[in-house]
Amino acid sequence: MIRVLVAKPGLDGHDRGAKVIARALRDGGMEVVYTGLHQTPEQIVDAALQEDVDVLALSILSGAHPTLVPRIMELVKQNHMDDMLVLLGGIIPDDDVEPMLQTGVARVFGPGTDTKDIVDYIREHVRDHD
Amino acid sequence: MTDVDSLAQGIQHQQKRAIARGLSWIERDQQLGKDLVRTLFPLAGHAHVIGITGAPGVGKSTLVNRLALALRSQGQRIGILAVDPSSPFSGGAILGDRIRMQDSVMDEGVFMRSLATRGHLGGLSRATFGAVTLLDAAGFDSVLIETVGAGQSEVEVMQLAHSTVVVQAPGLGDDIQAIKAGILEIGQIFVVNKADHEGADHTVRAIRGMLTLGLEHLDWFPPILKTVAERDEGTDAVIRALQDHRAYLQESGQWARMRADQTTHIIELAVRDWAEEALRAARSDANWDKWHEDVLTGRRDAAHVATEVVRRRLAWD
Ligand code: B12
Ligand SMILES: Nc1nc2c(ncn2[C@@H]2O[C@H](COP(=O)(O)OP(=O)(O)OP(=O)(O)O)[C@@H](O)[C@H]2O)c(=O)[nH]1
Ligand SMILES: [Mg+2]
Repeated sequence: MIRVLVAKPGLDGHDRGAKVIARALRDGGMEVVYTGLHQTPEQIVDAALQEDVDVLALSILSGAHPTLVPRIMELVKQNHMDDMLVLLGGIIPDDDVEPMLQTGVARVFGPGTDTKDIVDYIREHVRDHD
Repeated sequence: MTDVDSLAQGIQHQQKRAIARGLSWIERDQQLGKDLVRTLFPLAGHAHVIGITGAPGVGKSTLVNRLALALRSQGQRIGILAVDPSSPFSGGAILGDRIRMQDSVMDEGVFMRSLATRGHLGGLSRATFGAVTLLDAAGFDSVLIETVGAGQSEVEVMQLAHSTVVVQAPGLGDDIQAIKAGILEIGQIFVVNKADHEGADHTVRAIRGMLTLGLEHLDWFPPILKTVAERDEGTDAVIRALQDHRAYLQESGQWARMRADQTTHIIELAVRDWAEEALRAARSDANWDKWHEDVLTGRRDAAHVATEVVRRRLAWD
């Protein structure tokens, strides 16, 4: 069973995409923890730790990803959660994609992404259980 | 040291990561998880296990958040398990109870885990017994279990929880079908949440009316309490009722009896696991086809073959 945390960091109120993703992953047979809006990086990483999720799915449309994502990835490393797959989606300008990947994000998905591709990507790249 | 022993040690030292990993092992229902529960079982038995049940949307998660904070302020450490249904179509689930528990789950003394039912009926997941044992062994003073919205068959929480709180809200069809359907019998405390909505007193009277219809003989009469969980009103009265109920269970000997029942349960589980393992081994035994033939032709009856299967398994152990 693949467990995913779908999280909305920061003050971003755009939650449609996050909800679409949560439902698509559920329909793809995954267990999706959704924590709602306005989460701090600390809250998100703590929830991921307690829920022992295989995938952390961050949805950011506010433009605050250059500050939020590095902080989240720093906490992920501090907690030795390096085997967790971290994905980012929302409004991420092309020029920002590479720096995001540098922080340890596995892949960035933009507007218009077919949710089926996300399900497939996760299935292929998630950590194995035993 | 085995994997199980080192994880068990981390759990006893209350390491979040160890607790989280242990819960995943238990959820996957594999040998490691079973071994872990058996290892931890003797360390458990101290936590007050509290079930919170009631129809979808009545405010269970919001109330759990309040109860956890109130118990924290008394210095307790709190474990929370929240169960949501898995989709019967995809097997997936959306686990949304954390949304209403943001205040408490950030507290270092609170550990919260969302569980999906994974096809298990009864309001809990198959892993709940093991998960409660783990949190209890990790030294949490209270373990709060939020079940999936209670319907008719969701009475399982009663077997696992010392105290079950049945949450209702006004205006949910005030003949209160859910209560009639059986969750009345499982509640030791009744909460009418959303008491800021009209009709709360009516709901209280409806519950009282039904309770007096059959429970007069009991020495614990369930209190019926009004709360507004969203505004943290009435939380203290629920906490007091829980403490009274705990004292009642301990004085009446029921607390000890529940621990004895759980001991029976874990032995039963272990026997069943062992038998299943013996059967699996038999199926891949070179003699399986011969045994098949024996039973089919009547040379030996099935019970005779079963004895041999068990004997072989014993020799192998
Ligand atoms: C709808 C919308 C709103 C709605 C939001 C409703 C809601 N509850 O979500 C409302 C009207 C409230 C709103 C408000 C604002 N908005 Co607005 N909004 C949009 C709009 C038009 C569409 C967003 C949307 O819902 N798309 C549909 C969903 C399904 O798509 P999605 O989120 O992109 O998700 C897809 C992919 O990105 C991906 N995905 C998304 N997240 C994730 C996560 C993971 C892990 C993965 C794998 C994939 C993934 O998969 C999804 C499916 O394909 C966008 C413009 C646009 N075209 O994107 C602007 C937009 C996002 N908003 C914008 C702005 C500026 C605002 C406001 C600040 C406006 C203002 N001045 O008040 C406010 C801020 C509100 C707040 N509190 O944050 C800007 C953001 C600019 C930026 N980032 O630099 C945009 C880009 C418009 C623009 N071109 O200027 N907005
Ligand atoms: N008016 C009012 N609303 C409340 C109260 N308590 C909770 N709510 C709201 O009721 C809604 C459902 O609350 P939850 O705590 O998620 O209910 P739940 O029983 O856990 O729901 P499920 O887990 O989906 O079954 C939320 O919008 C809460 O904000 C209350 O006392 N009064
Ligand atoms: Mg809930």
